Amino acid sequence: MNDMRLLQRTQGMNDIKIQANGVDVFYADNHAIKDVSVEIEDKTVTAFIGPSGCGKSTFLRCLNRMNDTIDICKVTGDILLDGEDIYDPKVDPVQLRAKVGMVFQKPNPFPKSIYDNVAYGPRIHGLAKNKAELDEIIEKSLRRGAIWDEVKDRLKQPGTGLSGGQQQRLCIARAIATEPEVLLMDEPCSALDPIATAQVEELIDELKQNYSVVIVTHSMQQAARVSQKTAFFHLGSLVEYGETGKIFTNPEDSRTESYITGRIG
Amino acid sequence: MSEASTNNPAHAPKTSLLASDARTKRRETAEKRFRMYGIAAIAVGLFFLIVLAVTIVRSGLPAFTSAVVDIEFTLTEVQFDEAEGTVFKTKAYQGFFNAALAERLQAADFDVAFDEKAIERLLGKTGGTIREFFRANPDKLGEPVSFELPASSRVDGYFKGRVTRDTLVDSRFLQVSDLDIVDAMVDAGVIKTVFNWNFVTGADTGVDNPGGAGIGASVIGSFFMMLVVLVLSLPIGVAASIYLEEFAPQNRFTDLIEVNISNLAAVPSIVFGILGLAVFIQFMHLPQSAPLVGGLVLTLMTLPTIIISTRASLKAVPPSIREAALGVGASKMQTVFHHVLPLAMPGILTGTIIGLAQALGETAPLLLIGMVGFVARGYPDGVVSGFLDPNSAMPAQIYTWAARADAGFYEKAWGGIIILLLFLLAMNILAIILRRRFERRW
Repeated sequence: MNDMRLLQRTQGMNDIKIQANGVDVFYADNHAIKDVSVEIEDKTVTAFIGPSGCGKSTFLRCLNRMNDTIDICKVTGDILLDGEDIYDPKVDPVQLRAKVGMVFQKPNPFPKSIYDNVAYGPRIHGLAKNKAELDEIIEKSLRRGAIWDEVKDRLKQPGTGLSGGQQQRLCIARAIATEPEVLLMDEPCSALDPIATAQVEELIDELKQNYSVVIVTHSMQQAARVSQKTAFFHLGSLVEYGETGKIFTNPEDSRTESYITGRIG
Repeated sequence: MSEASTNNPAHAPKTSLLASDARTKRRETAEKRFRMYGIAAIAVGLFFLIVLAVTIVRSGLPAFTSAVVDIEFTLTEVQFDEAEGTVFKTKAYQGFFNAALAERLQAADFDVAFDEKAIERLLGKTGGTIREFFRANPDKLGEPVSFELPASSRVDGYFKGRVTRDTLVDSRFLQVSDLDIVDAMVDAGVIKTVFNWNFVTGADTGVDNPGGAGIGASVIGSFFMMLVVLVLSLPIGVAASIYLEEFAPQNRFTDLIEVNISNLAAVPSIVFGILGLAVFIQFMHLPQSAPLVGGLVLTLMTLPTIIISTRASLKAVPPSIREAALGVGASKMQTVFHHVLPLAMPGILTGTIIGLAQALGETAPLLLIGMVGFVARGYPDGVVSGFLDPNSAMPAQIYTWAARADAGFYEKAWGGIIILLLFLLAMNILAIILRRRFERRW
């Protein structure tokens, strides 16, 4: 971590992409997220950090309503995407998830060919009119996923045959193939070795040109390396949220400081 | 705690890795003993399997052969007209046949006296067959025609060792003196053993004609029944499991359904039979003994098996695949049909085929709805009649044969078991092939 660079990392004013106001999440009787309000900017990498079980993944999954698949999970409060409430009864979670893509902790390519993995999203959303357009989308997505050069000669081979890092970049390419506006990443590097991690981080840095990226990570170094904004969660509450440079060098809350310096967590 | 087991390594006595202590020896003997139990269990299982297979093949193979009298003779037009002019027409043809047989035996230098009654005991009434042939093919008159006439079941048994000179008691069916004629015919090359196509393609006969009984009609019955089972139980079972596993909310009600499905899988099949009798035949007035009803009853029996195995294979699909699909914006249904179901397919197919194989071998419920063996007297006239006309199924046919007195039927029952097992084997091979085809790594 380079303090000088962190401080110089100036933050241009970007539009607010996602606005969460007083979000509470309950798993049956367990109050998992307590009154979290946060504004996530467009074309920015926002990192969620905090010790295990602090609710950062749970909150991330609220942003594209992945928690809907869990019966006992209940979400209250407002989450606005471009000013529209995503928990409005009129919203179809499937449409939302096409706009808010997600990459998971463990690389989870479909047991299909590399081509079909990336093509699945565009196919079900009808993004390509014909084979040529689909091919184009796939090449573009794989290029943006920084994996095109490695797989361009074996698009017909199964995606499960790739190495862990390649699989994760394939999953990122698959997520961006549907042209999302926000990309949620739930500890995308925790199953990867340092070299693959570096590749994925480099990719995240490029992705912020076009997308709003929200990344949950266990590694504070990673948060410091890739993000412009950082949110620190502790025991289900949002303790501190601000520019990454400030959080890591001059945190306001004593709990943030304890975590950053390794005393808790 | 003893001295040796303290945690302080300084107190532990020095031990060599090369010498094994009493504890290690005990563990090794226990492991060896367990391995022996396993091998012994498999050996016992294999032994009984082999005994079973050998018994079935030895007892069943004779059903696939039959003794026939192969004789060639010429019937002139004059003889034909003469025979058609008499009152007892078939009797006349029988005369021609006997004369031809006598001539044939004399030509081979065998001098055995026989009368018409003896021939009737050996071959039944042959006149009818011959008359039928010439009435159907009048152009064959005047040229030599060769006939293969099936010998009676007791003569057949004499060839297969079921009937011997010592055990034979003279009766109106067969007398010891008749066996001299049989021996002479064997030496003359008139009688021979051929593959019994009639057993594979024929229908059931009356209790006094084991020789003519065949399993073909009940194979057709089983086929139409299995068609009903497959068409009903696969879609219903798979749809029910997908709904229960992927869409239904987890509550008291679904728990109750789940428990009851598991219970249904353990209900004795005869209960389903009596249910089918009450509901399908007495209440809904579907035809008795129809493969359609048999299929419906077996569907009820197969459904729990299919649902349980389908749910197990749906459960085995890793949740990460579901998340991946939902994450790229697939709906719940798209997730299930595009990703989960294809991955669960091998398990579903295996479960379905095991369920079908169980249904194919089921006897008790069929007896209750009237699909007993003696019903299978002929082939259905078409597809509709295949579903609705009274017929039997393979296991019920085997059961009926096994219950009949004549030893000839005993042999047929074993032969029927061979055919049934061949079908089951074919289904299991199909299950393995389908499994291999659909299996994918993830």
